[in-house]
Amino acid sequence: MTEPVLDVRGVVKAFGDDVVLRGVDLAVGEHQVVALIGSSGSGKSTLLRCTSLLETVDDGQVLLDGEDVTDPRVDADAVRRRLGVVFQAFNLFPHMTVLDNVTLAPVRVHGRSKADAREEALGLLERIGLVDKAGEYPDRLSGGQQQRVAIARALAVRPRVLLLDEITSALDPELVGEVLRVVREVAAQGMTIVMATHEMGFAKQVADTVCFLSDGVVLESGPPEQVLGEPVEARTRQFLSRVIDAGRL
Amino acid sequence: MPAPSELELGRRAFRARRSQRSTLVALGSTLVFFAVAHLVVTRSPGWPRVQATFFSLDVARESFPEILRGLWLNVQVLVVGGLCVLVLGLGIAVLRTLRGPAFAPLRILATGYVDLFRGMPLIITLYLVGFGFPALQLQGLPTSPFVLGTTAIVLTYSAYVAEVFRAGIESVHPSQRAAARSLGLSHRQSMRIVVLPQAVRNVTPALLNDFVALQKDVGLISVLGAIDAVRQAQIIVGQSFNFTPYVVAGLLFVLLAVPSARIADAVAVRARRRQQSGSVL
Repeated sequence: MTEPVLDVRGVVKAFGDDVVLRGVDLAVGEHQVVALIGSSGSGKSTLLRCTSLLETVDDGQVLLDGEDVTDPRVDADAVRRRLGVVFQAFNLFPHMTVLDNVTLAPVRVHGRSKADAREEALGLLERIGLVDKAGEYPDRLSGGQQQRVAIARALAVRPRVLLLDEITSALDPELVGEVLRVVREVAAQGMTIVMATHEMGFAKQVADTVCFLSDGVVLESGPPEQVLGEPVEARTRQFLSRVIDAGRL
Repeated sequence: MPAPSELELGRRAFRARRSQRSTLVALGSTLVFFAVAHLVVTRSPGWPRVQATFFSLDVARESFPEILRGLWLNVQVLVVGGLCVLVLGLGIAVLRTLRGPAFAPLRILATGYVDLFRGMPLIITLYLVGFGFPALQLQGLPTSPFVLGTTAIVLTYSAYVAEVFRAGIESVHPSQRAAARSLGLSHRQSMRIVVLPQAVRNVTPALLNDFVALQKDVGLISVLGAIDAVRQAQIIVGQSFNFTPYVVAGLLFVLLAVPSARIADAVAVRARRRQQSGSVL
């Protein structure tokens, strides 16, 4: 593999006495899709939040295109401009239309012209099948539609890496499919993606690498067939059998 | 937690240095500002005169005990008035949120009350209550400026505070009310046990802000002739032709307000911590 786009090295993160990450290593190459799996509280979201610099790490490094972005000398806003993040709860701005949500960052942060940003945003909305909702406000959309807009908003800044933080966990089951379809399409076009997810079936289909997080470390990682099919670690097997019991694989 | 690596120690040292530097810069620029302000004021041609009439230490020392005694009256008004404002304000707020046609008169009354006393300048309410009530010459109606002044202040402030409480009640998501009612709680119970506690928590900073405002407005009862800190200062000014007592009274009011302001800050910090645990944004 050539130099990874995103390289997480020994990241430690604690909230008070609660050590959530105990030295996580993760390298993500260009065009790679990495799925983070693990039980609730295993640190998937924390790892993504540390990567997007929404949390400061307590030790270790995060390198984006070889640059140490956890260095306090680095402008965190400039780093975040190179990342796209989609949250579990959509976090669309309720006082802006769908189109304004998507064009906000390209215009205000990246200094693109309004017409230019608008054209690209409409293209994105076309791809996610919501171009007819461009003028609507988020609260008029279903959860699945809102989450698709959130993905378009994250893509509008042309990020180096797209971070997806359990983006289907807050959705009704019948709306999950439409969101995953968009992610699959984005992945197929070569976007580098790191996603925390509970959708094992989806991880199996789309991810190149599946990482199982447990007790704040990456316990096991590899191709999905291996990690999900023939896991080596006892705890991975335990986790997967619970997932199968819940009917999610 | 494992011992921090060299790298992390370096980062911590850098952050410490950076925060030290910004503290120094802030401190330095503050000092420069005050030095310049001091120079400009003390070099002004009228300064000696101003110093003698507004900042005379002798007059300050002499007037201090009496003004302090006056301030005690203000504190009494503040405590009694503050409590009445809370009760009355909450009552009016609840009246305003009552639903159903049966309560329409109460609702209209409460709305009219808020419209009237929020719009009326406090000083005019003070005059009307303070001079109007005694003029009725009714038996049993109190005539002390302390009681009348407190009444006027309570009338005005409870109108403001009622609106703060109402905003708080409306800020509690309707789903909370639905959950409470689905458990079989009555409207009154769900209000008291579920909605109001959350409402009060949401508006505590706003209430404390109104409390600080109340602290200085209690000085307005002096217009009714009550011998409070402001009135006392006025009397001494009249005798000595020196304005220092006003400065003394003013500073005493500031001292009175400082603890409340700090409490308000602390409450705001705690609320923020409750909402988001430890994120850098």
